[in-house]
Amino acid sequence: MNRVKAESERERDDGRTAEAILVRRVRAGDTAAFGELVSIYMQRCYYAALGMVGSPQDAEDLSQDAFARAFKARARLDPERPFYPWLYQILRRLCYNFTRDTSSRRRKLERAGGWLVAEATVRASVDDPERIRATEELRDRLETAIRELPPAQREVFVLKEFEGLKYREIAELLDVPIGTVMSRLYAARQRLAARLEGIE
Amino acid sequence: MTDDTGRIDRVRELLMRALDDELDSAQHDEFERLLSDNPELREEWNHLSRLKEVTANMKLRNPPEEMWDGYWTSVYSRFERGLAWILVSVGAIVFGSWGAWAVVRDLMADNDLPTFVKWGMLALIVGLVMLLVSVLRHRLFVSKSDPYKEIER
Repeated sequence: MNRVKAESERERDDGRTAEAILVRRVRAGDTAAFGELVSIYMQRCYYAALGMVGSPQDAEDLSQDAFARAFKARARLDPERPFYPWLYQILRRLCYNFTRDTSSRRRKLERAGGWLVAEATVRASVDDPERIRATEELRDRLETAIRELPPAQREVFVLKEFEGLKYREIAELLDVPIGTVMSRLYAARQRLAARLEGIE
Repeated sequence: MTDDTGRIDRVRELLMRALDDELDSAQHDEFERLLSDNPELREEWNHLSRLKEVTANMKLRNPPEEMWDGYWTSVYSRFERGLAWILVSVGAIVFGSWGAWAVVRDLMADNDLPTFVKWGMLALIVGLVMLLVSVLRHRLFVSKSDPYKEIER
């Protein structure tokens, strides 16, 4: 057990060292090194944006914009610290600005939706249309309810439920105490449970 | 009051940890005790467990696989385009300023132009420069230190 733990810690340290080397190269303006960081974190960044804005098209746009801004601000990168939390701060600011920008609210609402998928729909047999329809309806209701959460609650809820992060990881990523993570999560779940009352 | 708040926070913490399977054995025992002593909490637990069942069955939709293939190229084009925009803007500002200066200089040197038109033009130029400086100053200093900029309107 201890050996497994030691091995995973060693792997994590190796990963951090490799990342620190990449970050140093990025600071020197090396675009190829930045390309490697993009390959490592693009999926995580995309899914985080998707959870925050609820539209695949906008999530792609915002996550790419976050990388582009990160490269522009590379002088502020610290090789001693992990890259993703720094990138995430850029991304969440972009997503917050995007969601609070009322000028294109109608367009955003039209594009939002279809960002969650029910695993049961994938598994359900094609000759069970009733079940598929019910699951899709439930998914639509959940998507709408999540979209209506305050951004800070929505962010914590998505990181926990769909990205599967531990409380400690969420707290580190958002730079808030674990207690704040839990209270936001509790508030989000209360609201969602109320919105989905009566579901089977 | 503080004790009550502390107790409520503790119950909520246990509730969240139980839902997310992050209870250690001591917390698990404590939570079981609270559940058996408090029917309201039991009801809340059932309520939130149903929500958890629903969300556990959902996941974020995967984008088409091709998106990942072109992802880096799109990011690269963005910062390349950013640099191009900076160059275009600098060029446009230099060229536009020079053109405007040449036009103003010629008009001022024109003896046929009435004096009040020359004064009007001067006022327009000074006004535009003041507006530009004011907007730039706001952008650079005020918005950086605005404590309310994150508040949703």
